[in-house]
Amino acid sequence: MLNPILANLLTEPVGVSHYVLVGAFMFTCGVLCMATKRNALGILMGIELVLNGANLNFIAFGSRYLRNDANTLGLDGQLISLFVIVLAAAEAAVALAIVLNFYNNNDSVDVDRADQLSG
Amino acid sequence: MDPSWLPRLLALAWLTPLASFVLILFFGKRMGPHGKLAGLVATSAIVFAAVCSFAALFTVWLPNHPVKDASHHGEHHEEGETHAAVTAPIHLIAAASDDSHDSHGHGEGGEAAHAEGDGHSGHANNGPDGYPSYYGTWYDLYPGADDSGPLGSLKLSISYYIDALTVGMFCMVALIASCVHFYAMGYMHDELHDFTDPEVTLSNGEKLKRPGRYYRFFQYLSLFCFSMFGIVIAGNIAMVFVFWELVGICSYFLIGFYIERHSASTAANKAFIVNRVGDFGMLIGLMALWSSLGTFAFGDLTNADGEVVEQGMFSLLRTEENYYHLQPTEGMAYEGSRFSDSAAADGEGEAEESSNKAGWWLLLVAGVGIFCGCVGKSAQFPLHVWLPDAMEGPTPVSALVHSATMVAAGVYLVGRFFPVLSPEALLVVAYIGCITLLIAATIAITATDIKRVLAYSTVSQLGYMMLALGLGAWVAGMFHLITHAFFKSLLFMCSGSVIHGVHTNDMTEMGGLRKKMPITAYTMLVGCLAIIGAGIPLTKIGFSGYYSKDAIIEQAFSFGSSNPAHVLLQWAPVGGAFITAFYMFRLWYMTFAGKPRNQERYDHAHESPQVMTAPLILLAVFAIGVGWNFPGTDLGVTNLLDQARPVGTLATTQGEILTGLTIPSEPDSHEWEFKKPAGIAAFFTAAAGLLLATLVYWWDKGLNPSELREFGPFKPIHNFLWNKWWFDELYDLIFVKPTKAVSAFIAWFDRNIIDTIIHAIAAICRGISVIFGSVLDNKVVNGFVDGVAKGTWDTGLSFRKLQTGSVRQYVMFIAVGTILLFVAISFVQNI
Repeated sequence: MLNPILANLLTEPVGVSHYVLVGAFMFTCGVLCMATKRNALGILMGIELVLNGANLNFIAFGSRYLRNDANTLGLDGQLISLFVIVLAAAEAAVALAIVLNFYNNNDSVDVDRADQLSG
Repeated sequence: MDPSWLPRLLALAWLTPLASFVLILFFGKRMGPHGKLAGLVATSAIVFAAVCSFAALFTVWLPNHPVKDASHHGEHHEEGETHAAVTAPIHLIAAASDDSHDSHGHGEGGEAAHAEGDGHSGHANNGPDGYPSYYGTWYDLYPGADDSGPLGSLKLSISYYIDALTVGMFCMVALIASCVHFYAMGYMHDELHDFTDPEVTLSNGEKLKRPGRYYRFFQYLSLFCFSMFGIVIAGNIAMVFVFWELVGICSYFLIGFYIERHSASTAANKAFIVNRVGDFGMLIGLMALWSSLGTFAFGDLTNADGEVVEQGMFSLLRTEENYYHLQPTEGMAYEGSRFSDSAAADGEGEAEESSNKAGWWLLLVAGVGIFCGCVGKSAQFPLHVWLPDAMEGPTPVSALVHSATMVAAGVYLVGRFFPVLSPEALLVVAYIGCITLLIAATIAITATDIKRVLAYSTVSQLGYMMLALGLGAWVAGMFHLITHAFFKSLLFMCSGSVIHGVHTNDMTEMGGLRKKMPITAYTMLVGCLAIIGAGIPLTKIGFSGYYSKDAIIEQAFSFGSSNPAHVLLQWAPVGGAFITAFYMFRLWYMTFAGKPRNQERYDHAHESPQVMTAPLILLAVFAIGVGWNFPGTDLGVTNLLDQARPVGTLATTQGEILTGLTIPSEPDSHEWEFKKPAGIAAFFTAAAGLLLATLVYWWDKGLNPSELREFGPFKPIHNFLWNKWWFDELYDLIFVKPTKAVSAFIAWFDRNIIDTIIHAIAAICRGISVIFGSVLDNKVVNGFVDGVAKGTWDTGLSFRKLQTGSVRQYVMFIAVGTILLFVAISFVQNI
């Protein structure tokens, strides 16, 4: 079942599905990165991947060329992704501050050691 | 002045005491030291009312309706021996010009009308031969224009009915009330400071000491006068009833003025309750009248042109077409026949006759019902028991209650209602009056409390009035009401002066007081002579009582000659005259003549202050002269009253139910044929009574009262009279004891049976509650609540383990959870 889809992807001109596939790949990589890294900075990088994977989807679904819809400017998806980028920047600033503080306290950025709130 | 001033002046006289009452009610305590100014306020109010009343009489009534000599009726009667001719049916409706009404009618210059508050203005409704009366309404409480309202066609209004009787009563009431107010300012001075009541002993053995209630006394007096004026001016029987009850409550307040004394509070209760019994009858009378006539109003309501808009009950029952003879209306016959079986008689004529008869019966019920109220208020047998007990009030109250207000109200109402009373109802009135007159007079013989003698004398004199009215002597009855008001208030104030001087009511502790208090003694002598009707027989010279009492006895003789069956009614007033003379002079001799029986009290006695003796002298003058005509004119009380004689009651009438009954025409009784024997009988019986009293109580060598009392046959009689015919005991036995027994049984029933049941129910409820509490509440409800709490707690604990604190694990949960969610959704969608 997978093969015909792959075959189609390879033969068809670049469309939404290609973008979505790349986005999904980036998202999965991000999640895996978050789930496996013990280094807090690694996890932050995974978060960036997840966000950007999602951004790619917004771009793809929002684009007027990819959607073949002449009646729209196709800017809504891009606007949202810009918004996500801004949010990611803010999130990165806050998260890096936390990580820095964590490092000051524990001499490490190992998230497995940050389990004080466990039940 | 224009007759339209009559209602205005009388309303002013009527409302001034109300204003005084309200003022004293709110500011009485602050009126000078201990409310001393309250007396002045009330007195000036009633004096103002008296001025208004006399202004109404002399500047409005008399110029418009000059009095004529009443004896012309007699001549008139001789001309037309057939009775219909007596009341020549010439209905003159005087189209009296009335500015205020005109302006009101045209809606211009409404100021005058509004200031007056006139809904409709009165016009003279002149009956035949000019018996002028004015009827109008000030304010409709409930218009009753149609049947749609909650009270149907019932019309309640504040209205007036003014005729010569109204004006005369206003003058009499206001004058006597003024005297009483002045007198009370002196008599009640004890109340101006803290008052120690010598007759009330507290549980610690001390006498009751309380703040003075001077202002409150005058407050009640003002309300009393207002209520009495209200009865007199009222234009409909519903309004009369309202003020009737107001008079009742005022008498309750005043009789119970020394409320701390047990005797005073029970006397007040007795007066009030006994009056309620009578009022119950009155309500029945009201219902009978309203349901059959559809109106409470006395007179006819006229519009600006003098046309009759609404008929009052007098003109409904005595129609012009029927020559002003009493005739039940069709509505009355119909209502009456609903209650009689005989209405279903065969034949139209018979049915009509029987329903006509039913109308007469209903009229009798209405008349006797109204009379029941008067029996209560005027202390007639069998409801006479309250009046002597009412002596517990301060003496000025007794003077007022016994002369101008309260008891006068009952007689006045019978007089006002006279045109509605059928001959049979009049017979009831006459017999009640006759019985009362004799019983009360006999009790007065043995009483030793000076005020009680006077109280029984009042009851007896009221009996005279009722008897007179019942026998058809309208003018004589109302005349006696007025003359009696003057001499009885005089007598009461004299007795009050005596009590004030010697501080006891008991005549057995008095004697010889005429040397100590001459003014009181001789004014009281005047009162005694007036009440026994002293005068020169067969002439026109005498004290006021002479005229009125002789007129009553003349009518009794006239009645007796045409109704031989009712011979008692002929001789009772004559016998009454004998007893009256005896007990009145017994009172005077015991109080003022002979030697002092109690030296200590005699030494203490003193003449009363001028504020008390001045009214005595004024009233003594009236007691002598109120029966006289103004010299050289026809102006006198009888001639004035004759103007107010109800239309159509001059004629001789026959009973409809009791066919043998004849109510003779009053002027006939002044014929020589009756006047001669009546005058002689009255004179000699009174003289005999006076002589006997002199023999027993004054002349030392005569009979000794204490020996007489012990003398064989007199002893049981004395005992019987001393105990007031055992009326109180009788009522106690008939009404009070059974009531108490029933109450005791009901109390026992309540305490033992009903309480037991209730206790049992309570115990059962309590048991059930305990079970519910332990089982349902503790186990079920609490268990449920506790279970929920424990479940929540456990769930929380178990979820706690999920919270590992490891970020990577959380990410795993999210990822796996998301995948599982998608798997689940895809499963659901595939289904």
